[in-house]
Amino acid sequence: MSAKQLATFYAADRFLGIEVTRVQEVIRYQEITRAPLARGEIRGLINLRGIIVVALDLRRRLGLEDDAEAAPPMNVVVRTDEGLVSFLVDRIGDVLEVDEEQFEEPPETLRGQARELIRGAYKLDGALLLELDTDRALEAAA
Amino acid sequence: MTEERGADPVPASAELDEMVGEFLLESHEGLDRMDHDLLALERDPGSPEAIARIFRVMHTIKGTCGFLGFSKTEAVAHAAESLLGGLRDQEFGVTPQIVSALLSAGDAIRHLLETIGSTGAEGRADNRRVIETLGRLGGRARRPRLQSRRQARSQPAGRAAARKNGSPRTAASARAQAAARDTPAATELLETADDDTESHVATLSLTESAIRVDVGLLDGLMTLVGELVLARNQIMQRTTIQQDPVLSSTAQRLDVITTELQEGIMKTRMQSIGTLWVKYPRVVRDLAIECGKQVRIKTEGEDTELDRSLLEAIRDPLTHLVRNCVDHGIERPPARKKAGKAQEGVVAIRAYHEGGQVVVEVTDDGAGIDPGDVRTKAVESGLISAEAAAQMGDREALNLIFLPGLSTARQITRLSGRGVGMDVVKTNVERVGGNVDVLSRPGEGTTFKIKIPLTLAIIPALLVTAAGERYAIPQVSLLELVRIAPEEVDHAIETIQEAPVYRLRGQLLPLVSLPAELGEADALQRGKRAAREALGVFDSPSSSEETELDAAGPSHPGPATDEPADGAVNIVVLQADDRRFGLMVDGISDSAEIVVKPLGRDLKSIGVFAGATIMGDGRVGLILDVMGLAQRAHVVDQIREHGLIEHAEAVESSGEDTAALLLFSDSTGGRMALALDLVDRLEEFPRDAVERSGPETVIQYRNEILPLVNVTDLLPEYRRKARKKRDDGRPLPDLADDQSTIQVVVHGGEGRRVGVVVERIIDIVESPMDMQPASRPGVFGTLVIHDRVTEVLDLPELLATRERAGAPSEEAGVA
Repeated sequence: MSAKQLATFYAADRFLGIEVTRVQEVIRYQEITRAPLARGEIRGLINLRGIIVVALDLRRRLGLEDDAEAAPPMNVVVRTDEGLVSFLVDRIGDVLEVDEEQFEEPPETLRGQARELIRGAYKLDGALLLELDTDRALEAAA
Repeated sequence: MTEERGADPVPASAELDEMVGEFLLESHEGLDRMDHDLLALERDPGSPEAIARIFRVMHTIKGTCGFLGFSKTEAVAHAAESLLGGLRDQEFGVTPQIVSALLSAGDAIRHLLETIGSTGAEGRADNRRVIETLGRLGGRARRPRLQSRRQARSQPAGRAAARKNGSPRTAASARAQAAARDTPAATELLETADDDTESHVATLSLTESAIRVDVGLLDGLMTLVGELVLARNQIMQRTTIQQDPVLSSTAQRLDVITTELQEGIMKTRMQSIGTLWVKYPRVVRDLAIECGKQVRIKTEGEDTELDRSLLEAIRDPLTHLVRNCVDHGIERPPARKKAGKAQEGVVAIRAYHEGGQVVVEVTDDGAGIDPGDVRTKAVESGLISAEAAAQMGDREALNLIFLPGLSTARQITRLSGRGVGMDVVKTNVERVGGNVDVLSRPGEGTTFKIKIPLTLAIIPALLVTAAGERYAIPQVSLLELVRIAPEEVDHAIETIQEAPVYRLRGQLLPLVSLPAELGEADALQRGKRAAREALGVFDSPSSSEETELDAAGPSHPGPATDEPADGAVNIVVLQADDRRFGLMVDGISDSAEIVVKPLGRDLKSIGVFAGATIMGDGRVGLILDVMGLAQRAHVVDQIREHGLIEHAEAVESSGEDTAALLLFSDSTGGRMALALDLVDRLEEFPRDAVERSGPETVIQYRNEILPLVNVTDLLPEYRRKARKKRDDGRPLPDLADDQSTIQVVVHGGEGRRVGVVVERIIDIVESPMDMQPASRPGVFGTLVIHDRVTEVLDLPELLATRERAGAPSEEAGVA
């Protein structure tokens, strides 16, 4: 069984991961140009070396509260069919190798906005790593 | 099967591949030209040049095919050539059947070429019928004449196979021809070279200025330049840290060169949209014949350029729309006659740039679409509720034809004559970030308007700020800038039922606040509240109105704010279709050339952003879609509909008896007017900005030096007076001293502009041109406008006179 690699990061206290193959790069905070009238999750646009990338606030996407105190968000830039999109996250974790045996589907009690975005959890030692459904999470952006 | 093998090209060396590739490319081009010529021939049957050109195309294809061993293609080309030979020698005249046969010969060859292109061989296509038709047409028409002698004379000996092929009836003849190929091919090739010396010369001169480049190569270069830009950016970042003067100046150079290289490569990818249209006359003709209609195609703006990839993306949607217009839009001749229209319908395709986008319009003068019918059908098919349909405006209802359910429904096709595959058109266009719109008037016609972003285009734009962000406004929509001083804000901005307006030279200009339209009111609350309290102009507390005065806040008593504005209101006067409106912004920062980048679907669908760009400081800036903004602010409503159709009518109906005039006064208070088309722009400059450059009075304007001339200086009898007054050496002395600004009428195009200083700009009027003859040189005549006698100036003549008189040097002596 081939092990899967997840790029991990935190949004608020959630420990999240997406398939590392989808990630183009991780960069520190970039200045964001607000996009008025756009949906709430879309924080704006960033300039990624000449390419204009939509910045999607993962906290808001998951229905979590904004944190005014939080440090400037990091960018996890992912590839999509329609170009690049950046997930704004609070903190970057490591790239972790996970085992399918550790995987479990989300419990029925998980509700709300997050339900459809989370594929399931990997039971790691001392933490649950939630795997994000990248495409679903992107749906608002693109 | 024998034939099949014979058709395989000989050893597949790279050189030969290249040759075949070139042959395919040339032949395709030739065939496109041929289609064009054939259609021209149909209209004007006697054109020997057209026949000669078509003949040459076929001849070249035949010759090269013989050489390369594509015998099937050769056979078709040969049959067509023989028929054309008859036409050329005027043995018989051009008939629609002949044109059709030749067109289908072209199609057959195209098909063969495509197969060759993809597989390297000619495949199994059977062209016997085409060849037979060509032979029959040539043969039958020829019969009354001395056929055998003619042929003997026109064809070199030893080309038995070829001759046989002129009227091939059996597969045997084709085989025989294939067998005998070697000999005739050689002869023919010689002949080709001989025959085509003329066209060869033409090709040569073209080669000197243009070369054919593989698209893959260009795409590769594009990617490389992208990489280079990335590397450049990294170096630029490092440079700022290192603070090494040599490194930083080298980096600067690298920066400039990279930018230029990038722009250059982008330009190479631009293609004129006309390349898509080459095929339309043919498409329209064939379809019209099929439907029993008479349709003519009209094109305008072939030169409009856009990126190749976009061009490809709209190829199919556009073709579909054109077909649709012929198929469903235009009525049959009897119906048209009954409706009092010309029997021949017109499909017009027009392309142009608008607001940083390319617009392509496909218009027919057919029956149009009845929005009522569309509504009914949409409700019947269960796509929308009856209530929704009832509430829908006509425009909205028309756009229902783009819904997937409606477009495939047959009823709608029968009923209103529209809708097959319209959803596909819409999807395709939207995929590249564009949009489609339909405008129609029952009985008069339908216009489809495709708007596509110029993805890689570079456009001039004005940068403004609103609520702390910068936005770019494409210069094409920009008319002028108005700045209202803080102390004048109160009375300069008036309201009609809470809608703010400004009197711009006597005409009411509706005002729209950019921050408010962008829903950015929150960020500005403080400033606005202050403004409202201080002014009490707007009673409504709703956020969209109160923002109108946001910038006015600080100058008035009230809570202190940190707004950077000095209290003046900046109005950007914009043109959206035929409507003008003033966009109030927090600040106007600069004008710049920006690179337009596309937006994702989500941001695009908001409708007020045309794209994004990267500003000088590396931040992203959004480009405003002026049209969309105007719609959002309800400045433009239904007018887009008549915009199109009426525009055409207006152009046709407006005779030469009225003209648009700019009305102004000179420093003596005399009224004068200038034809509006002589006016490039109207500007107001601060008086302090006027400079002296040698003998001339000048001002810096859009990165050029704009020479200024007072309107009174232009008129001979004023000149002497003016010169005397100039003794004090101050520029433009005969303006009233208390004026802090000067009004300038900018005349002429890029680089050759002249600013004519006038005392006051009064109005723009549409006036009948029943002029009294001129009373002095440089004046067209006099008119009565607004009950005042007004002189209409002949500005070009006046400027020429001034130049001849050497005005500047003369003035220099005095100044």
